[in-house]
Order: sequence, then C-alpha cells, then structure tokens
Amino acid sequence: MKQEILFQMKSPYRDDFKIQGFRFGEGEKSVAIVGAMRGDEIQQQFTCSQVVKNLIELENEGKILPGHEILVIPSANHFSMNINKRFWAMDNTDINRMFPGYDKGETTQRIAAALFDEVRGFKYGIQLASFYMPGEFIPHVRMMDTGFQNVKLAKKFGLPYVLIRKPKPYDTAVLNYNWQVFDTQAFSIYSGDTDTINKESAKIAWFSILRFLNSMKIIDNKIHDGFNSCVLSDNELETIKSDQAGILYNLRGAKDEVKQGDLLAKILDPFTGAVRSEIYSPVDGTIFFAHDKPLIHQNTLMYKIVKF
Amino acid sequence: MIKTIISEGLPVDEQLLIRKKVIQNGTGPKRICIVTGTHGDELEGQFVCYELTRRLNENLRFLDGTVEVYPALNPLGVDSVTRGIPTFDLDMNRIFPGDKYGHLIEHTAYEIIQDLRGADMVIDIHASNIFLREMPQARINVQMSKKLIPYANLLNIDFIWIHDAATVLESTLAHSLNIIKTPTIVVEMGIGMRITRDYGNRLVDGILNMMRKMKMWSGPISKEISKPMLSTTGDVCFINADVSGIIIPSVSHSVDVKKGDLLCQIVDPFEGVILQNILSPVDGVVFTLRTYPVVYEGSLIARIFSKSACIEDL
Repeated sequence: MKQEILFQMKSPYRDDFKIQGFRFGEGEKSVAIVGAMRGDEIQQQFTCSQVVKNLIELENEGKILPGHEILVIPSANHFSMNINKRFWAMDNTDINRMFPGYDKGETTQRIAAALFDEVRGFKYGIQLASFYMPGEFIPHVRMMDTGFQNVKLAKKFGLPYVLIRKPKPYDTAVLNYNWQVFDTQAFSIYSGDTDTINKESAKIAWFSILRFLNSMKIIDNKIHDGFNSCVLSDNELETIKSDQAGILYNLRGAKDEVKQGDLLAKILDPFTGAVRSEIYSPVDGTIFFAHDKPLIHQNTLMYKIVKF
Repeated sequence: MIKTIISEGLPVDEQLLIRKKVIQNGTGPKRICIVTGTHGDELEGQFVCYELTRRLNENLRFLDGTVEVYPALNPLGVDSVTRGIPTFDLDMNRIFPGDKYGHLIEHTAYEIIQDLRGADMVIDIHASNIFLREMPQARINVQMSKKLIPYANLLNIDFIWIHDAATVLESTLAHSLNIIKTPTIVVEMGIGMRITRDYGNRLVDGILNMMRKMKMWSGPISKEISKPMLSTTGDVCFINADVSGIIIPSVSHSVDVKKGDLLCQIVDPFEGVILQNILSPVDGVVFTLRTYPVVYEGSLIARIFSKSACIEDL
C-alpha cells in the first residue's frame, strides 16, 4: 500500500488541507473508492477506513490479485468534518456539486477537479454516499439512469436492493454522474446512516465492497454471496409523508417488514403530548427509508416502503 | 392585501408561511412579480420590496395592473441568517420546479412556480453572497436573451450578462419559469447580509421604468435610467486567488481598470509579506469584487468586463 497526498492546499491559519489516497496493487486502474465528501459523512468515512484496513490485511496476505490497482480516498473534506460542518468550511459549497471540477475555478471546483483527475479512468468507481434528508436506509446500491448503468454489476455487491433513479439537473455535477460520463461504471453505496456510526450497517457496506472486488477478481477474499439484490426504480417505492408536524414517535424503522394497516409512527402535539396523527402502512412491504429525527415538519417524507 | 401562498406546519407551534403583497389598481391585465429572499443571506431585495411598495402605495392612482411582491421565498433562511433552507441544508434555488407530490420543500417550490406562472414579468432579485460585491446586473440565459434583453435594458442596471446554458441551472427559479413562458430576469446586485440603498433605489426606478413601457405605470419615472453594458460585446474575465491568505484591496468596486493595474494583494499577516499581487489582465470594468478578506486558493477575487479578450497570464 502506498499512502499518497493527492491534493494539498494551504489555509490562511489552519493546517494544510490534504486529500490522502491509499493505493493498492499495480496494473490496470480497476477500482477507485471515495468516502466522505461532506463533513457530516462520518459513517462513510468509517466505512472507508475499514475498507482500507481490510485491503492492507489482504495485501499482506498476497490476496490482491496481480494486474489491478485500487485507489481508496477515505476523505475529501475533513476541513468541514473537523468543525462539524456539512459543506466546505469557508463558503459552504458542496464538493459533490462541482464535478468534473475546474482547476482554475473556485476552491471547491479545484478540489473536485483534483479529485476527479485522480479517480477518472478507473474501470469501476464506488462512492459512499449520503442522503440530504435525515433518516435511515436499508443498505443499497444506487445508480443513475444515464443509459450507461450496468445493473448486473450492481447486483454483485450483494446488497438487498439496487435502486435506479432518473437524474435531476443538479445530478450532472455529482461524482457518480461524471464517472459514468467518463466511462467508469459508477456505484453509490448507501449504508444507512450519515452523522453517526452504525457499525452493523457499516459492516454490511464494507463487506459489499469486498464482495464486489472479489467477484470482479480484483482480490481473492471469499465471503458469502450476500443477497440476490432486488432491482427497483424510485417510483416503485410507496412514499408516506407527514400530514401533521410535531414530535415524531417512531414505532417502525428501516428494514422492518410491515403489513398493510400496521401502525408505523405517531406524531405528537409538542405541548400536550396528544396524538395528532397516526401513520399506518398503506401496503405490505419492507421499510426502505425511515425519517429518524425526533421532530418532523408537515408534508415531509417519513417512509419509503418496498411493496411486496 | 397580503396573501399566503404556503402554510405548512413546523414541529412546535409555528407555520412555515410564504406570503406575497398584492398591489392592484385599474383594469389593466398586466401582472409583474418581484421575488427575492430565495437565499436567506441575500438582503438587497428587502429594500427594493419596501421602496417599491411604498412608492406604489403613495401613487396608486398611476398603477394600471397588478404588482405582486414576494419578499421572502425562504422565510426561515431570511429570519435566521441562513443561505439555504434551515434543517434541510438545501439551496432553494436548486430545487425548482419542485414536485406537486413531493415532500415539504419540493412541494413548496412547486406551489411557488404555480403562483408565479403566467406573470407578464418576474424580477428575481439576488445579492451575490457574503464574499463578493456585484454591480447591479441582469443575468440571462443565452436561450432567453432575445426576449429578455429589451426588458433588462429598462431596469436601470449597469450590466447584462448573457451566460451559457448549463444543465445544473435548469433547477433555478428563473429557468423553471422561463421554460413555462413566464419571462423572468435574475438581477444580481450588492452583497450578502447588507443593503445598498443606492442600488435599491436605482432598481426601483428601473422597475417603474419597465412598468411604464409595459403600460402599467403612468406616474413619474427617473430621468436618469442607466444604459447597461452587454456582455456579448466583450469578454468576462475571472480572476481567482493563486494562494491562500488575506486580501488587501487596491481598487474600489465598479471602477475602470487598465491592464496591469493592481487589484489587490494577498498577504501573510504572520510573516508580513505579500504572497501575490493580483493585477488586472485587461482594460475593463470591475463588476464583481471580493470584499471578504480571507481567501483560499481558487477563491474568486474579481470579474472584469472587457471589450478585449481575456488572457491567461500577464
């Protein structure tokens, strides 16, 4: 393993900002893995660190197969993580809205350009991603329907679900989309959490990455096959929104199987504790996403359910 | 009359309210809308809303049509000094046209579009950010330029910047309205978290001037309406910091500069040394200038409009 500084920038008063890469093996540019690009993606950083730990062990055992190069970048934005900010510490811009970047542009455009310069040209690209809504997901692989996506490959992660969604205009500036445009098979792994570490779901995510690398014959690390992934599009999920605002009392969470009519949550009056609303499942299915903050706005996404 | 276009519950004893002021007189069918406060830290539009409403209230007899004023599309942001939408950490100007069946924010964006739909003109006022000061200017997508430039010319601004179509900008309010044939001009002026009274007064003069041309206003208008420069008659040069440090400006905003003029210095206060002298690469007008002193590599320092082509290095 070679630990390299891929990008370095001076700050007026803070320590230098550095993006570090961990490079394994030599040969074809096989896989690039990117962890936290936002300051609150602690689960993603942790997951990526475990991938690095496992790859170091595999390399020591000679189990990284010849002819493959793997690049892991656990963090591209610790300047924000260290001060509890989600977006870039100085101007609050989002590095993951700056791809493919511009090396003569603004700071986060330059960071994105430097990062993309390192990760483009790999055969496969894996990003540990997060969602802008607070909540917990079933671990899944997410792909954009760009016409370049390869669902068969996505299933090799062995996660319960592969979700395909139509890109929106802002998606054209995210890493995953640009990877695909530049001929890299790109996958976003959602492991469930963002600003807290959930070791169980993180383990599912890093095992899925090792499973994929094994399946692609990049490493020799036999682990169980995982799930026969169910492939979904976003519009196949049943969406439940809050009809009231208040304190959210969740009774069911992500991964739970539910029956039509099951009580999923209550929304309580924050002054009297009276029940303002009871949220029932409209279908039989599995909860794919569950809002998990204690306060909820009206008309806000609470659950997404995969129908049986 | 103040109308509520959005009312959604917040967790504890509060509604998210988005409201507009409707000022109507006469029988004229024309309707213009003034919107601002999409980014909660951009406040220049607040004075424009106040001053336009004040002048219309005092001279209502000259109005023939409807003026709708939306001072805060992102009221939670404006009232909490937050650029994006608090709790969601989203840039509101990247979620349009919204979604009728979407969650709170997407649904809100959808309802805003529906409310503005069909207006004869929408002026979407922005105020840069806390880092950069902008000359009063209109920003127009090249695809809409033929229709919108004649209106922008009336607004008493200094510059019209015709920019290329970028996919990411398709999620802005202005683009979403323009594609449903509701003409919308983005005005950028001043700086975040501040009000520049002179700019505000100028734009109000310009809006009344535009209303007069639209036959909505028969009252007095300013005799000194500025004729803006048009970006397609020259080139826009971007000047970014090569190093991180503290900037000490050497020129004022909105001035003419010559090629080689010192715009600012980036200094190191520890060592007492100059890290970079930033020189103008062209003759032109400084229409954007950084005022926030701390810079990183890449921070935008200035934009200069020049009649000659930009060059990379001096």
